[in-house]
Amino acid sequence: MLKLHKKAEKNSVLLLIFSLIVVSIGGLVEIVPLFYVKNTIEKVEGMRPYSPLELAGRNIYVREGCYLCHSQMIRPFRDEIERYGHYSLAAESMYDHPFQWGSKRTGPDLARVGGRYSNEWHVEHLVNPQALVPESVMPRYPFLLEKELKFDDAAEHMKTLRIVGVPYTDEQIANAKDDLYAQVDPEGDYEDMQARYPKAVVANFDGNAEKLTEMDALVSYLQMLGTLVNFETYERPVR
Amino acid sequence: MSTPTTSTTPTYHMAAVRAFMLSALFWGIVGFSAGLFIALQLVFPELNLGLEYTTFGRLRPVHTSAVIFAFGGSILLGTSFYVVQRTCRAKLFGGDWLSMFVFWGYQLFIVMAAAGYVLGVTQSKEYAEPEWFVDLWLTVVWVVYLVIFMGTLIRRQEKHIYVANWFYLAFIVTVAMLHIVNNLAVPVSLTGAKSYGVFSGVQDALVQWWYGHNAVGFFLTAGFLAIMYYFIPKQVNRPVYSYRLSIVHFWAIIFLYIWAGPHHLHYTALPDWAQTLGMVFSIMLWMPSWGGMINGVMTLSGAWEKLRTDPILRFLVVSVSFYGMSTFEGPLMSIKTVNALSHYTDWTIGHVHSGALGWVAMISFGAMYYLFPRLWNRDRLYSIRLVNLHFWVCTIGIVLYAAAMWVSGIMQGLMWRAYNEYGFLTYSFAETVEQMHPYYAIRAFGGFLFLVGALIMAYNLIKTIKGEVRDEKPMEYLPTVKTASA
Repeated sequence: MLKLHKKAEKNSVLLLIFSLIVVSIGGLVEIVPLFYVKNTIEKVEGMRPYSPLELAGRNIYVREGCYLCHSQMIRPFRDEIERYGHYSLAAESMYDHPFQWGSKRTGPDLARVGGRYSNEWHVEHLVNPQALVPESVMPRYPFLLEKELKFDDAAEHMKTLRIVGVPYTDEQIANAKDDLYAQVDPEGDYEDMQARYPKAVVANFDGNAEKLTEMDALVSYLQMLGTLVNFETYERPVR
Repeated sequence: MSTPTTSTTPTYHMAAVRAFMLSALFWGIVGFSAGLFIALQLVFPELNLGLEYTTFGRLRPVHTSAVIFAFGGSILLGTSFYVVQRTCRAKLFGGDWLSMFVFWGYQLFIVMAAAGYVLGVTQSKEYAEPEWFVDLWLTVVWVVYLVIFMGTLIRRQEKHIYVANWFYLAFIVTVAMLHIVNNLAVPVSLTGAKSYGVFSGVQDALVQWWYGHNAVGFFLTAGFLAIMYYFIPKQVNRPVYSYRLSIVHFWAIIFLYIWAGPHHLHYTALPDWAQTLGMVFSIMLWMPSWGGMINGVMTLSGAWEKLRTDPILRFLVVSVSFYGMSTFEGPLMSIKTVNALSHYTDWTIGHVHSGALGWVAMISFGAMYYLFPRLWNRDRLYSIRLVNLHFWVCTIGIVLYAAAMWVSGIMQGLMWRAYNEYGFLTYSFAETVEQMHPYYAIRAFGGFLFLVGALIMAYNLIKTIKGEVRDEKPMEYLPTVKTASA
């Protein structure tokens, strides 16, 4: 070994090649099997790609750096399951580009926040968290109510996601823009949208029917988090 | 071990080294200030100002990128250009022109990244937030950097490649590999900033933390170990303690570090086998880490008394001690049962900062104090006593920071899992947030002291560039002892 090293420390190209080989091994052994080992992602019922409005909301969640204080990954401990719900499955983030598991809980986990609070609660909380939770250190997001949602290129986003592996159908892409508006109009015709995106919550999320805001999108995303998988039919894989 | 002669100094290309040292000083203060500001936001949430550009979520990547990539990166690139020339007795490949391209290219990368965060342009991958076009630009700059470094190694006059250069080379190559793989993405349109990464869910998580942990392992460790292997021997004027240990240290650390990523994903939906592998290698990593620490600290053997009179050396050596502490704490936290408590809490933040402030920043300060007088051809620093003051202000700041985060992190973890006698969770989440308040205030004060220290350094270094020398009592308390031992 030391002899080999004597060569490497006198030959910079050799040193470069040896280093590259040595630093490649660990990553290859750990990462590559994840794409091939079948039980990495559990078989579940109910997972679907995000609706256009939820996708827009998710992009706002990413943009605002929510993941820096909120995890979306419930660990299989008694206290976490009681506090947040069923532990998270790999299948639940299989369409997430990028994943939002997070690494820090300055605020609570959000993996299953969907359906826990009303739309009004979310809007009020995002505008002024301390009004509802006095101890909170969360920033205020009043501007989400003002900003009109710009997502006219929803179909382009979905096509890009399809390239990286999210199974959006031609039908979903063709109806992207209609579905975007259908989800905030409970008076309108939203059955087709819900057929394409089962369990999608239809509501005028921000209470303002005049315009489609970023608040609409973000709350629609929060309200679907962790609600898709049907745990009645889920069987824990035997490992 | 031979030390390069100084007679050829004027022919080296030092323009980029000087530029990187100044940018390190500038970005350091920007990054520390940003850190202090977001720390204060956690004490006083009103400081988020209700504006979209000033929320914690947008400014936190500004802080992390400014300290890691802007400050740390400037130190690494600058010192590597200095060290590779001196230890190879060869001029930089490509000369001032190519190295200044790397300097300005790297500054452009930093500015584009930071401006993006404030405007909400982010991939949301921690420490890899910049979007696809910024990543592409950095790739170009990084390849040129590698070409300069390799080109200089190839034209060296010394037969052996000095150990510091092994570490620099491994850092450059590995960061390139990590950066490219973790940032693979498809842009929505070529005229827009938004892209979607090619990996999803569990695979994305592991690729990200393979990147994330080795940003620590190679950017913040291997690169700074190179600094240790050059600047400590130079400052004490003694050879590295053990040549054999440095060989073992090098190959063991670059081999083992790469495996450690999964410890960021304990008890998540990542398969157990990957978590266990990550844990085992993280624990093994303890050994080469301490081997390196011993090699650095023991370089002082026979010259310990210099610590009393040389605060620059004190920065360098105490940084290696912090390195030893962090690299013990890291393996400890990678044990799954410990991680069950520490993960998601401030303990992680405390751990990162004892490494980042104690190890990375302190060794950087030591290298800067060493380099500034030499780069600007001054006989000495403006003031050695101010270096001493900086050292103590900075050390107290770090201790306050780390201690506050230990207490708050462990308390937080214990409160989350506490049950009362009826079998119910004792605390609501909001109650745990309330308990954090005093510790967040202490942490912010620690960060404030750290920033004050950096401002003292900036004053000292700017005066040094101007060529001024402070009229002060020398740092020799016991001159008789010194002459006796000589």
